[in-house]
Parts: sequence; structure tokens; C-alpha cells
Amino acid sequence: MTGPGGSDMPASADLTTSGPQAHDAPYEPVFVPGSERRAELDVLLARYPTKMAALLPALWIIQHERGWVSDAGMAEVAEVLELTPAYVKGVVTFYTMYHQHPVGRNFIQVCTTTPCNICGAEDIVRALLEQTGCAELGATSPDGRFTVVESECLGACGFATPLMINERFVESVTLEKIPALLAECD
Amino acid sequence: MGFPDPTHERETPVLSRYFGDAGARTLDGWRSRGGYEALRTALATDPVEIQNIVKQSGLRGRGGAGFPTGIKWSFMKDDGKQHYLCCNADESEPGTFKDREIMRWTPHALVEGVAIGAHAIFADIAYIYVRGEFTEPIRWLTRAVEDAYAAGILGANAMGSGRRVDVHIHRGAGAYICGEETALMNSLEGRRGNPRIKPPFPAVAGLFGKPTTINNVETLAAVPHIINNGASWYKAMSLSNERSTGTKLFSVCGNIRRPGNYEVTMGFPFGEFLHELCGGPPEGREFKAIIPGGSSVPLMTPEEADGALMDYEGFVAAGSMLGSGGVICIDNSQNLVRQIARLTRFYAHESCAQCTQCREGTAWTTRILERMVAGEGRADDIEVLLRLADNMTGKTICVLSDSCATPVVSGIKKFPADFEALIPSTRSQVTVAMAV
Ligand SMILES: Cc1cc2nc3c(=O)[nH]c(=O)nc-3n(C[C@H](O)[C@H](O)[C@H](O)COP(=O)(O)O)c2cc1C
Ligand code: SF4
Ligand code: FES
Repeated sequence: MTGPGGSDMPASADLTTSGPQAHDAPYEPVFVPGSERRAELDVLLARYPTKMAALLPALWIIQHERGWVSDAGMAEVAEVLELTPAYVKGVVTFYTMYHQHPVGRNFIQVCTTTPCNICGAEDIVRALLEQTGCAELGATSPDGRFTVVESECLGACGFATPLMINERFVESVTLEKIPALLAECD
Repeated sequence: MGFPDPTHERETPVLSRYFGDAGARTLDGWRSRGGYEALRTALATDPVEIQNIVKQSGLRGRGGAGFPTGIKWSFMKDDGKQHYLCCNADESEPGTFKDREIMRWTPHALVEGVAIGAHAIFADIAYIYVRGEFTEPIRWLTRAVEDAYAAGILGANAMGSGRRVDVHIHRGAGAYICGEETALMNSLEGRRGNPRIKPPFPAVAGLFGKPTTINNVETLAAVPHIINNGASWYKAMSLSNERSTGTKLFSVCGNIRRPGNYEVTMGFPFGEFLHELCGGPPEGREFKAIIPGGSSVPLMTPEEADGALMDYEGFVAAGSMLGSGGVICIDNSQNLVRQIARLTRFYAHESCAQCTQCREGTAWTTRILERMVAGEGRADDIEVLLRLADNMTGKTICVLSDSCATPVVSGIKKFPADFEALIPSTRSQVTVAMAV
């Protein structure tokens, strides 16, 4: 979903990340030698003079593959980048976009910072909680479909209220648009 | 009337000329609109000469501080060391959404500006640090960079010039503070995004310890136009004074009839801007307060706003600052203190927590304001807020702390009645005073 004027971004130009998918299967390493993801990491490593600089991108890859960044995921990244797991955890906990717990299949973050708040963002949050069945902010709905959180300014303040559903950015969300928006989610 | 509406006749679309024009997004489309000619010219020009052209143009940083770009670049000497350029695309200042449109609609304009900037500061590697939430801008930029590499515009022999220009996109992961330049460098290095103590300044020891320049997206996107049209063309675009030149994108949001991005010449009258270009406040309401430059600058009263000129000096003269150009409009249907409290909550959430004054001050300020809004104001709240603000200003590693104090102090100063109304004893004092 895009802003006014539309976008025809081809699906092929994908990000290194997609929607979080929670699962509790035992951890399987992502950067297995010879794998596609390992090759991707090697390309990233060539861009920086230090291995450590590939940490944020590597964490994005873990989140893409595993749906969240578990302790085991952090340990794997630590090993391939020659860092300690404690160091990696220190970095992960600094940034809000890495999920340190499994989340719903559709992770929804709604901006409620002042410019959007002025335009009624809190009503949007309330309606989303109600219609997704999430008990509270940050909780996952019993069917595992949704997690709703408030976010700070998403950088689209003129298109209140913006929200993100996983990697999809949706602008100008109104109360009327919510049911259809949720129905599109898997 | 400001993107996404059609351009108003009084706008001066330079950077925004192709907003909404999907054809400008592709490499071929960009080239057919004159794209990459400036880079070709620049690569054949001595870097110091480019620094001088940009100096003469009067271009100043569009990321908030307004530091003259050419002077910043001239700190970077031909010393044979590895240099880096960082493009700051972390755009997260509440009220600001201009860099996003540049990246979504004219990604090649940014790639071109970044490549010229890198060459001008003797750097062969540039990183564009984009906030993690900007998924669509990242997709477009990624494609632009890939296409530019495939066409030989970037890489070991950029446009056949014999010079190397590498551009990499680096995705952030949700942290406003990473827009602060030294925090950005830490984040890029794979660290927590804590700002660094300065000195040393980035031009001496920046990214990976090497001399580094950090520039905002809008700043770099303006550079190709300056190379193509000349410094005097850019400098001539000013309606006020020669220290504020060129065009500026203003993002307009909140209680306003036509929100969007507007590009005007520096020095444009703010009153006309708000009422004519943006359509004024919603039907039947009046402006209560205007924040003209993103959430970190002082609030203005409607009277101050009406008399202001839209440039670095004009906004200061009218009691605020140009900042990032994010115009937040608040009308008389809003509870002003509640909205200020929501702003301080933003800063409390985004504080990196290194400095005590900031970590504690942002949290306490928010707690006090929220308690006042909840109807539990105390007699000394305003005094405590001002004392806290004083302790938060000019005493920390970066200015996030100051930014949190700004709306509180300017709010109390310019809208005292809104705060006093939340304090029972003050209210009774006022009532008493009136009765006497
Ligand atoms: C807390 C904080 C957040 C900032 N966020 C941004 C930002 O998102 N984008 C930006 O360009 N500059 C931001 N800045 C300003 C940068 O530190 C820096 O001055 C700017 O990127 C320099 O580029 P310029 O000279 O082209 O303006 C921020 C500063 C602070 C203190
Ligand atoms: S002022 Fe706040 S955000 Fe800035 S370095 Fe100190 S604690 Fe971090
Ligand atoms: S305040 Fe909501 S997107 Fe900026």
C-alpha cells in the first residue's frame, strides 16, 4: 500500500525482510555455509570495513527468516560476526523494530505522536484493539493473527493516521477503513 | 497546493518538481529529465571547486541545524585518508515527512546528490542511512542504486571518470536518536545508537574513526541543481536575506485543510503560506499554536506565525526556528497541554538514556504533564517544569534533551493560561485576584 499518487513497485525488488511469523520450532541456523542467506551476508560484509557493521542488516535477515530475534538467533549472529552474544543483545534491545518475542502474523504499529494524535490516532488504536481481539497493546490476539502496538512518528504525519502492517505502510487510515484493512490480512 | 495536491502557483518546485510523476523514478526516466548530467560535470571537476560552488550558493543543511553545506564540506581535505559520506535519511522528527517523498519519487535525485557529495569531500564510499520504517522508500532507493551500478554510474569507474563512487543503503531499526549524526555513525558501525561526545568532530574522526561528513537527504538532493544551474542561480532564490537561499520543502500536518509537502523560496511569508497555500485551519476553527520546524522548535502563537518570514533568520526573529521544516498546526479544538505532553512522551521514549538530565528529565516532565492533564495539577507544577527544563538544556551530550524542554518552556511562556487552568490553586488565586 502506498501513499497518494500510488506506486507500482515491482514485487521483485524485495526488502531483506518480510513480515514476522511467530513459531516455536527449535532454532535452525540461518547463515549456514553455502546457503543463500550466507551469500547475502557475504555481500553485506564487503560493504563495510568491519564485521560489526553488518550487525543491523544481519539481524534483519534473522527476523525475516525466523519471525523474531531469539536468544539463539542472537547467538548465531554473534558467532558469524565474531561478537559476543551479550554484545549483540545489547544492540538488539536498543532498537524497537527487532522483535524479542514472537508476535502475531500481522504486526501492526500505529503512530500516535502529536501530529497524528491531533487527528484522532488514539481512536484508531482503540478500534484496532477491539476489532483484532488483542487484549491490550503489545498482546497477540488469541488466534495468533494480530499484535497491535503504538509507535512514535512514522514520518508520514501529513497522512494521518499512518500505520504499518509488517513491512506494508498504510497511510490516511480512518475508522471506516479498518474492517477492510483487517480483512485483507492473512 | 502542496504534494499530494497539485502544485500551488506560488510554490517554486525544484526538488518536488517530479513528485507524483512515476516516470521520474526509473533510471531512463530520470536521465530523460536531465538526470546524472550534474554528476558527470562534477566528476570532471576538482572537489575543492565543487566545495566552493556549494559555498557560494549559500546552501545550508536542511536536517535541522542549518549549517552551511559548502563550509562543512571544506573541512574535508585531500589528505589521502579514507573518507566517508553519510546521508541522513533517518527522518523521524515529528511533523517532518519531506525526505520520504524525495526518496519515493526521485530516488535517483538522491543517489546523484550523494555521489556528487562523496566526490566533493574526497570520499569513495557513501552510506545512506534510512529509518527502518521507510520500507517503500528503501525499495525505490535500492532499485535506483542497483540500476545506477548496472549502468556504470556508480562503482569503480563512475561514469567513466576513473573515480570510484560506492553508495550503500543501510537500514535502521527504529530509533529517532539515530538521526543525530554521531548516533547515526554508531548505529552504522553496528552499535547502540548513542550519540558521541564531541570533539572529536566527524570531520576529524567520524565513521569507523575516519573523516566523515553527514548531510540530510534534502541538502544532498539540492546539490545537482546547483551544479547544473550555478551558484548564483541558487543564491538568487531568496525573498528575504542572502543568508537564506534556495527553496525549502515544508511538510504541513495537524489541524490544517490541505496537509502535504510544499516547496517555497526562502523568505516566503508564513501567514500567506498557512492561510492561502495550505488553506488555513479546518472549517469553523482557529489556529491555537503553530510549530514551524518539527517538534524540537518553540511553539508560535498565531500572531507570531502570521508575521514570520520562512527562513532561518525569519523564524528566529518571530520566536521560533526553521528546524526541519515540519509545520505542525494545532487548532483551538485541542487541549494544548495534552498535546505537549504527548510530545514530551515522544522524547522520553526516544532518549538514549546516557545522560541523567535527559533520561530523568524527559520522563519526569512527561509524568508531571500527564498528571496535570488528568486533573491532578499541583501548585508548584509549573515551577518544577521550568526548573526541570533548565536542567535539561545545554547540559547533555546531544540536544534531544533540550528539544524535550522546548515545547514545555515555549508553551508555558506563550500559552500560560492553558497551563494555569490545570492547577487548582493557581486557578483559585486568579479567581481571588479577580474578586479583589
Ligand atoms: C535528536 C536529533 C535527531 C536528528 N534527526 C535528524 C534526522 O532525522 N534527519 C536529519 O537529516 N538530521 C537529523 N538531525 C540533525 C543531524 O544531527 C545533522 O545535523 C544533520 O543530519 C546534518 O545534515 P545537514 O547539514 O545537511 O542538515 C538530528 C539531530 C538530533 C540532535
Ligand atoms: S541528551 Fe538524551 S538522547 Fe542525547 S545523548 Fe544524552 S541521553 Fe542520549
Ligand atoms: S506524527 Fe504520526 S507519522 Fe509523524
